[in-house]
Amino acid sequence: MKIRTLTLTAAVLMAGTAHAVEFNQVDAAKSSLAFSSKQMGVPVPGSFKRFTSHIAFDPAKPTAASTTLEIDLASIDAGSKDANDEVVGKQWFNVKAFPTAKFVSTGVKALGGNRYEALGKMTIKGQTRDVVAPFTFKQEGASGVFDGAFVLKRMDYNIGEGPWADVSAVANEIEIKFHVVANAATKK
Amino acid sequence: MNFPTPRYTGPAIAAHWVIAALILVAFPLGVYMHDLPLSPTKLKLYSYHKWIGITVLLLFVPRILWRITHRPPAPLPMPAWQHRIAEGTHHLLYLLMFLVPLSGWLMSSAKGFQVVYFGVLPLPDLVGKSEELGDLLKEVHEALNFGLLTLVGLHVAGALKHVIIDKDGTLRRMLPFAK
Repeated sequence: MKIRTLTLTAAVLMAGTAHAVEFNQVDAAKSSLAFSSKQMGVPVPGSFKRFTSHIAFDPAKPTAASTTLEIDLASIDAGSKDANDEVVGKQWFNVKAFPTAKFVSTGVKALGGNRYEALGKMTIKGQTRDVVAPFTFKQEGASGVFDGAFVLKRMDYNIGEGPWADVSAVANEIEIKFHVVANAATKK
Repeated sequence: MNFPTPRYTGPAIAAHWVIAALILVAFPLGVYMHDLPLSPTKLKLYSYHKWIGITVLLLFVPRILWRITHRPPAPLPMPAWQHRIAEGTHHLLYLLMFLVPLSGWLMSSAKGFQVVYFGVLPLPDLVGKSEELGDLLKEVHEALNFGLLTLVGLHVAGALKHVIIDKDGTLRRMLPFAK
């Protein structure tokens, strides 16, 4: 009996707080942005070391959520020193002219359970494309954990021009994986 | 010299020449490709090189089993020291035929590039990614290859000596279409 009452009370309390809680303080140290390319059929993992991200996510009102992500492209680790030197160059990201990539959400869809979908515009190297990024949300104590993955076609953004446009060497599809931890703050 | 010289068995001859041909392609390819600037061509050549190496490794297994279960023909008369050198060279060639591709596979794993055979069959990484280990294995792979080059040189020189100087049937025992 006691346990049931406690559980009930906890559930009511949690439901009560959920309305007031928004996860919007991104913990950069705990968040990561990784990708995987395929070179001659070989999956090669990589990541971006520096990016800033803003999130406003209230689990009670997910469709009102919004996010922006700005990636410092020069912080790329593409798997080897040779690759790192290459991909910042003109034919790839051309970081001198386009130092950052940007994602701005236009909406969030609830897919049921803890699954959601972020819709938005991705801009890389001067090219803007619509992106749909499915993700899951998990609350861990005072933190919200967002995990998602989607496939980006590098040729949509001219990433890899000239001889690198050969998608038989480096595949067009790049899998992007994000893991964002955001702490809750009370809504103003 | 009219009595027939005993020859190697068909599978032994086939394995010898197929593996010899693969090594003769993979070796110069390795020397050429490693200094190229990064390009799609370089990625392709590296993959071809690795596929050839894995093929040698795969063929090595039945070859060595065949060699263990089938005695090669007895050597033609020659001084004992020459026979010892020939035999030692053969043993070391077998060893390097195995170690050279294996060291390449290890190196690829350590460098963080999984070997995907023919671009479709992912082979397990033998070691985790590590820059120091990758650099070390590169040195090992290179050193083993120059060992292999030396042995192949010795092996070919020996074969030619039997043809040109001794004029005996030693080489013919391993030729695919000889009678």
